[in-house]
Amino acid sequence: MWANLTPLLLEATLQTLYMVAVSGVLGTAFGLPLGVFLATSQRGELLSAPLVNKVLGLVVNATRSVPFIILVVAIIPFTRALAGTSIGTTAAIVPLTVAAIPFIARLVENAIREVDSGLIEAARAMGATPFQIIRKVLIPEALPGIALGLTLALVSLIGYSAMVGAVGGEGLGDLGIRYGYQRFMPEVMAAVVVILIVLVQLVQSVGEGIARAVDRRAPRNRGR
Amino acid sequence: MRDEQATGAAITFDRVEKSFAQKGGAPVMALSDCTLTVEPGAITGIIGRSGAGKSTLLRMVNGLERPTGGRVLVGGRDVGAADGAELREIRREVGMIFQHFNLLASRTVFGNVALPLEIAGRPASEIRPRVADLIARVGLEALADRYPAELSGGQKQRVGIARALATGPKVLLSDEATSALDPETTQTVLRLLADINRDLGLTILLITHEMGVLRDIATHMAVIDGGRIVEAGPTYDIFVRPQHPTTRSFLSGVTGVTLPAFVASRLRPAPPEGPSQEVIRITFAGRHATDPMLARLTGELGIAVNILAGAIEEIGPHPFGNLLVSVETGRGAEARAYLERHQLLTEVLGYVG
Repeated sequence: MWANLTPLLLEATLQTLYMVAVSGVLGTAFGLPLGVFLATSQRGELLSAPLVNKVLGLVVNATRSVPFIILVVAIIPFTRALAGTSIGTTAAIVPLTVAAIPFIARLVENAIREVDSGLIEAARAMGATPFQIIRKVLIPEALPGIALGLTLALVSLIGYSAMVGAVGGEGLGDLGIRYGYQRFMPEVMAAVVVILIVLVQLVQSVGEGIARAVDRRAPRNRGR
Repeated sequence: MRDEQATGAAITFDRVEKSFAQKGGAPVMALSDCTLTVEPGAITGIIGRSGAGKSTLLRMVNGLERPTGGRVLVGGRDVGAADGAELREIRREVGMIFQHFNLLASRTVFGNVALPLEIAGRPASEIRPRVADLIARVGLEALADRYPAELSGGQKQRVGIARALATGPKVLLSDEATSALDPETTQTVLRLLADINRDLGLTILLITHEMGVLRDIATHMAVIDGGRIVEAGPTYDIFVRPQHPTTRSFLSGVTGVTLPAFVASRLRPAPPEGPSQEVIRITFAGRHATDPMLARLTGELGIAVNILAGAIEEIGPHPFGNLLVSVETGRGAEARAYLERHQLLTEVLGYVG
């Protein structure tokens, strides 16, 4: 029996990785700049644009308050327009990305806000433009926090990706539901759960490792 | 560049005002009518208590704060009116160091010193040797690839100084740069600033709440209190003849000359009934600072002098002494007249019975 299931599990794992990776990259591509903007656009800040800040904040909150399974169904027309179809694994990337953007934006915003305002002042005193301050001061200084935030986002995306079976997306979650639950194969369910646990552990360890590697805020033992 | 500096002040504060809007009330005046000239090539210190407005005043020089009235001129340019690219250009000519250093934790010493040059858009081929020079200038060659978290406070401030000098500014602003450092480290950082001032002809404007910092390196000083400049001039003159009560109270902390408690507690503003002593502060300055004036007072006039406290110190190359003495109240006026005649300064502090 396992001989038949192994390819299934392998395929489902790859599908999950595909969905999480693509939506993670797209979510970061949009979420990072959005988070930076949210962190720097309140009144009197670098990119002071209080009205736009408020509107974007509302949109982010609204998106984040919709449960993911509802979001998947609610944006089906949008998904169809973008992916050409509203069902299948590739189509599932659209709702995953839509959910990831505001989540990542908030995490990035928090990380950027942690940066000591004295550094912004120092950079302004050097004659830096707001864009230079963001690129050379805020993002590098917030990098450990951003790395941890992205780790958290990827872990959440792995969880979300289990729900896209609702619109014909495949992957580990879908396999677990169809075989483990609907076909009464508890061993498949168990295998899916184990693979998910391993995936999350892996993402978490790698993410924390990267965050540690870029964090220079505490002295290191240099072996001297 | 020299000619340009010689023609006028490095920094001019011209009737500068700063008010902050306050929710549901009249605006708060942080600074009013501040006029001050900072000489090119001088080290000028502004002293004041926290909240006196000195930090706001300093930040106007590089446009981190804007005056709500009056003008701040740097090298003849009106900083308050400058915007965008023009303001950024002025800022590249004004270096700044900070109390808490404000170094990037994510960059090495080298990277921190390189930052202003990167911001100014200089090519990497120019940045590398320039940064190496700057790091050598502040004596941190061995630590170029270390991160700030691995440095001591004094080393961090040296990085701050190297960074502030990177774009070759004409003016250096120091915002309480030694306030977070221990006394010994403070001395080494102040010496470094004095060396830079001498070697590069850099104008330094610093703010502090420690009179000792001004005594040690400032040639000129100003005292700010309640948002107003209450006294300004050469440091030596102000140390010798402080006019304003705030200045005097700052000075009493640094000259080490305060009345012993048993006298201070009995001090009266007017002579009490019966025999009493007049308590006098004598300030020795200039070439009389080392003359044995008290011995002559006793020898020539026969006035007995009790010495209560005293110290002699130096402001730059000039010695200057402060002595607290008491004499019999009936002969106080005579004694003071004699001392004044010999160019010493006297001040009656009170009387004890």
